Amino acid sequence: MPSRPMIGYAHVTKSFGALKAVDDVSLDIAEGEFVAVVGGSGSGKTTLLRLANRLIEADGGAITVEGDDVQSVDPVALRRRIGYVFQSGGLFPHLSVADNIGITPKLLGVPAADIATRVDELLELVQLDRSAHRERLPDALSGGQRQRVGVARALAARPRIVLMDEPFGALDPLTRDALGDDFRELHRKLGLTTVMITHDMTEAILLADRIAVMRGGKLLAQGTPVELSKSNDAYVLELLRTPRRQVERLNALLPQSGAA
Amino acid sequence: MSLFIDPRWGEALGHLPDYLGNHVRVSLAALALGLMVSLPLAILTRNRPTPRAVLLALASIVQTVPGLALLALFYPLLLLAASVTLAWFGVSFSAFGFLPAMLALALYSMLPVLRNGITGLNGIDPALIEAAKGVGMTAPQSLVMVELPLALPVMMAGIRTAAVWVIGTATLSTPIGQTSLGNYIFAGLQTQNWVFVLFGCFASALLALAVDQLLGLIESGLRWRNRVRTALGAAGIAALVVATLVPTMERSSQNYVVGAKTFAEQYVLSALMRDRLQAAGLSAVARSGLGSSVIFEALKAGDIDLYVDYSGTLWANQLHRTDIKPRAELLAELQTTLAKENITLLGELGFENAYALVIPKKRAEALGIRTIADLAAHASTLSIAGDYEFFSRPEWAALQKAYGLSFRAQRQMQPDFMYAAVASGEVDVIAGYTSDGLIAKYDLVALDDPRHAIPPYDAILLLAPKRAGDERLQAALKPLLGKIDIATMREANLRAAGNDANSSPDAVAKWLWEKVGGR
Repeated sequence: MPSRPMIGYAHVTKSFGALKAVDDVSLDIAEGEFVAVVGGSGSGKTTLLRLANRLIEADGGAITVEGDDVQSVDPVALRRRIGYVFQSGGLFPHLSVADNIGITPKLLGVPAADIATRVDELLELVQLDRSAHRERLPDALSGGQRQRVGVARALAARPRIVLMDEPFGALDPLTRDALGDDFRELHRKLGLTTVMITHDMTEAILLADRIAVMRGGKLLAQGTPVELSKSNDAYVLELLRTPRRQVERLNALLPQSGAA
Repeated sequence: MSLFIDPRWGEALGHLPDYLGNHVRVSLAALALGLMVSLPLAILTRNRPTPRAVLLALASIVQTVPGLALLALFYPLLLLAASVTLAWFGVSFSAFGFLPAMLALALYSMLPVLRNGITGLNGIDPALIEAAKGVGMTAPQSLVMVELPLALPVMMAGIRTAAVWVIGTATLSTPIGQTSLGNYIFAGLQTQNWVFVLFGCFASALLALAVDQLLGLIESGLRWRNRVRTALGAAGIAALVVATLVPTMERSSQNYVVGAKTFAEQYVLSALMRDRLQAAGLSAVARSGLGSSVIFEALKAGDIDLYVDYSGTLWANQLHRTDIKPRAELLAELQTTLAKENITLLGELGFENAYALVIPKKRAEALGIRTIADLAAHASTLSIAGDYEFFSRPEWAALQKAYGLSFRAQRQMQPDFMYAAVASGEVDVIAGYTSDGLIAKYDLVALDDPRHAIPPYDAILLLAPKRAGDERLQAALKPLLGKIDIATMREANLRAAGNDANSSPDAVAKWLWEKVGGR
């Protein structure tokens, strides 16, 4: 018998009015896995992510987190044990970097001194200078710095699971690359189980162990990039071909020396 | 130039601690109550469009009621409530002064607080509310830790608007018995004391401006997350409140309160009685500018201790009588009826202040008019002006009936402006007062009433039920009874109508006392 999944979706459905946002999706995510859910806008990928920590409630099917049926646990307690990285940060503009990072431990009743220590650890972990950034307000940070704070906040209560909603989508390409690599390293070092939403197949291939492709609420395919390339779904193959075609065109347009 | 060295500025300044302190106290209480009601309502209805729309519509309707009317409405409403609680629970409360003023002003403050509260809460980026949920906040935690702090600058702007409105409107609470900076304005308008009017306007404007600026400092501090600004603003507000409230704290509750209606004669007489009580070693204050119907109820309820009314007024308005009796009979019957309500009719002051139809002497001679009966023949081509209550009083109905009066037009005017208006031909006839000094000043004549349509109006001194057996009080007032004849009162009223240093009610009261028996 295979080990219990960290997150398990079984025949999950969710409709908004007539629109079937998630349509009979089953997907297991194992401990330590980094899974990217790829799809266009309206594919249901974000809904699928939010069902896991009950920011959205499912209509049918079953979802388990660390073996617990999410319907049987208190949603607030559930959210406190799952890290969540929001699109473009979602930082509270009236709270300092330190207060933003320490919010979930504070809600859990961790003593202030312990939170302060934890905040310093996390700033180091996400490679932000403690003295320069600790007391700043989010508005005074760059987009990349804000997203690093967002990651630190998600990790503050030492979750085993991190959900990321297009975390790097709004960043410039250089920042995006650096942040993606850094997070991948944190994922490995901390032994996290990560689910990341993205519309970018290149990012998914570069960061994730496994990729799930969604379209129109349906899960079209799932597997490692190599497994996906053997799919016979035209949309999946098209998604996979796009990064390669871009590289070929870039190689044709740029002299080889520029690539060094 | 003489305006600046006028001693009335000093007199006005002397009232400032009392007037300003009471003004701040009622405004602060009203704003606090308004906030306590409006903020929770704004929070509760922020995601409920229908109750929110109903609430905002109601608050807007309140806002369209003129401030003076809203304040005046609360008095009878509370009187009714007090009588109900007395009947059901055996406890009553004062429907006079502070309570109705505070409730009306609180209602007045609700619209900006509600509107900005709802706007502020609805204007928050939904992604942040989602983030609050995502990091594990419960709904109340999200409200307290995220939504309210983010909405605070917008809410503060609403509180600021409400504060300025309340401070401005509080000047209108004088007629329902709440002392405020409006006392300067009402007294000044009634006695043509422009120094007082100006002082009252400046004082309330300055207070409103100061509060607006300090709250503005707090608002910008919250908006730009600048703790120093917020703290400075808060400290300023706190200092203002302490500085204005502390001087009025030590007032004893044993004070005798002398009431006065809204015209010059009443201001003078209340000042005179207050001085007499003080001279007898009793602590007394004058509470002037009270509405004609408010003042009798206030006496009955014991909110004021004494005031001067006129026999005919009580006969018509309180006893609801339309028949007319000879002077002595009417007084005797009035005394017995009032005694049933434990109100003491201590006695007459000696003069009568009756309504009279007044026209310029020259005009009367030219038209050959001596009596109201003569006037009736010309009435259809003439216009008449009266004070704000005259045309709705039974005396007017009686006059119309007795003489078949029907004027071309009728207008309402500030009493002190009527005499100048009739003298200049702005109107043809006015319903004036027989004790008014301006009749002589403008060379006017009061027409005879041969059919006795207008009842006698002897000035009488009334004491509240709780002062029925108060011998010190009665002894202090006795020297005034029967001493003020009509000529003396006219001269006093004429002095009060002037606009100079000797025309303040206090100065005229001193003159009057010297004239009627004082040293």
